[in-house]
Amino acid sequence: MSTPTAARTPADAAARPNAAPRRRAARSGRPTRVGWVLFFLLPSAVPLLAFSIGPMVGAAWISLHEWNLLSPMRWVGLDNFADLLADPATRNAFGNTVAYIVGYLPLVYVGGLALALALNARLRGRSLLRGIYFLPVVTSWIVVALVWRWLLNPSVGVVNWALGLVGIDGPGWWTDPAWAMPSIVLASAWKDLGFVMVILLAGLQAIPTELIEAARVDGAGWWRRLWSIVLPLLSPSTFFVVVISLINGFQVFDQVYAMTSGGPDNATETVVLRVHALAFRYGEAGNAAALSWLLFAVILAVTVIQVRGQRRWVTYA
Amino acid sequence: MRERSLTARSVVLHVVVILGALVMLFPFVWAVVTSISPGSGLSATPRLVPADPSLAAYAQLFGELPFARVVLNSLGLAVASTLAQVVTSAMAAYAFSRLPFRGSGVVFALYLVTMMIPFQVLIVPLFVEMKWLGLIDTYWGALLPSLASGFGVFLLRQAVNQVPRELDEAATIDGAGHLRIFARIVVPNIRPALATLTVFGFMASWNAFLWPLIILRSPELQTLPVALQTLQGQYTTQWDVVMAGSVISILPMLALYIVAQKYVVQGVASSGLK
Repeated sequence: MSTPTAARTPADAAARPNAAPRRRAARSGRPTRVGWVLFFLLPSAVPLLAFSIGPMVGAAWISLHEWNLLSPMRWVGLDNFADLLADPATRNAFGNTVAYIVGYLPLVYVGGLALALALNARLRGRSLLRGIYFLPVVTSWIVVALVWRWLLNPSVGVVNWALGLVGIDGPGWWTDPAWAMPSIVLASAWKDLGFVMVILLAGLQAIPTELIEAARVDGAGWWRRLWSIVLPLLSPSTFFVVVISLINGFQVFDQVYAMTSGGPDNATETVVLRVHALAFRYGEAGNAAALSWLLFAVILAVTVIQVRGQRRWVTYA
Repeated sequence: MRERSLTARSVVLHVVVILGALVMLFPFVWAVVTSISPGSGLSATPRLVPADPSLAAYAQLFGELPFARVVLNSLGLAVASTLAQVVTSAMAAYAFSRLPFRGSGVVFALYLVTMMIPFQVLIVPLFVEMKWLGLIDTYWGALLPSLASGFGVFLLRQAVNQVPRELDEAATIDGAGHLRIFARIVVPNIRPALATLTVFGFMASWNAFLWPLIILRSPELQTLPVALQTLQGQYTTQWDVVMAGSVISILPMLALYIVAQKYVVQGVASSGLK
């Protein structure tokens, strides 16, 4: 079997005998194969090594030290992790992050699904409508946060003005510890609805229409078709949305920083906000690095659990 | 009767979807309205149709603040990082697809790992690294971490793999080397993927917040998102100015979206990053 394979193309046949002459070619100044690999790979490999993989390892090293970014580092082993686990602020940060995800995920998923179903139907101006729903996705989180901070302004915001028209005394939104996280969730869901819609639309379009037609002929109503055919066949897209939303949700930062900076009363301080504050406000680089690794471990565990668990509910047609 | 009920249903669907689109658009409209209503946020809710529209907020933005400089900072960093990412990713994609070497699988896996590293894990060591290099509060400090992209390499490798190898072989017979095959055959054949990466890279840089917030300290070096956040702190009650800044920050993305909607949607959908 090896003989015909080896001689299949002239290039392959020449590959081995060529090794010696190529080395000679290198001496004469022409690049070798290794030279070419390095030429094409180094421009990306060097920055990724220096500014991604290297710092990742660096963070692990820093997490084992007490360090204020100025004086010499002091080895403390796993003390930072022990301190973090005992610190109520850590629990508060994880609690707020989970609260964000619990509010955000059902909202964008149900909203995105409804939109995808509606915009998959035959509609006039369908692509324009899809374009409008997707527009917030390309807007930066900071702008989204600022615009919503203004919409939800407790005294002169347009939302409370509209609520006032129907006789409702609107809440203090981002100034009220009980309403601050819901405000952030609302703004985030508005921004990401179009993203979920696009992913689910792609999934819907992959479902063979004959299956749905067959069910219709058999007398299955709209809800029945949705529940028994569309949702199971959409499960790979749903899986993607859930995995990505959880990964992004645990890392929530920009919109929270711009809307509430973690306040009022730390009611919206999420894990990444806490990492940022530890490093750059309190000068506790060791604790900040340890907390960021802790968060990474949580994200990794949650993702692995989902990938393992997908067999139970994700149907690949 | 079936016809009529279908039509009625279709009308309801149209109405609901269009109303929903108006709700989605409203925050943008409101930002524009606020930006041309002088004195917004001091006492009363602005009107949808301003009684006395004015561009004073925009004048204030560019007159009193180094806002033009901020826009240029964002633009320069976005163009530079996008260009770098497209070039470095296309080159790496060529190596992984056309120059298989021993251990290339492991190296490619490492590229994929960089896609999964959450950025917040990197902020402390990156800050320290930039301090060593003396690059705190410089454009280089802001730019260096985004010269290459694991996602970009992944996306383009898929595209290069789909370019028929017969084309390379024909060119080799004609005496072309790797450089010419890369530039003349591979690059022209992966244009859609390059467009997707360009849009994605530009958007990621234009909207980036956490790293510029940490690395750029001087007001004249700041990028748009960071400057907007600062603006909010300074002009707490001048919502017309804050909204004017927001409108300016949205415009380039809006233009890009209108021109290259297909690639924008692909870029966002294929990466899952926003």
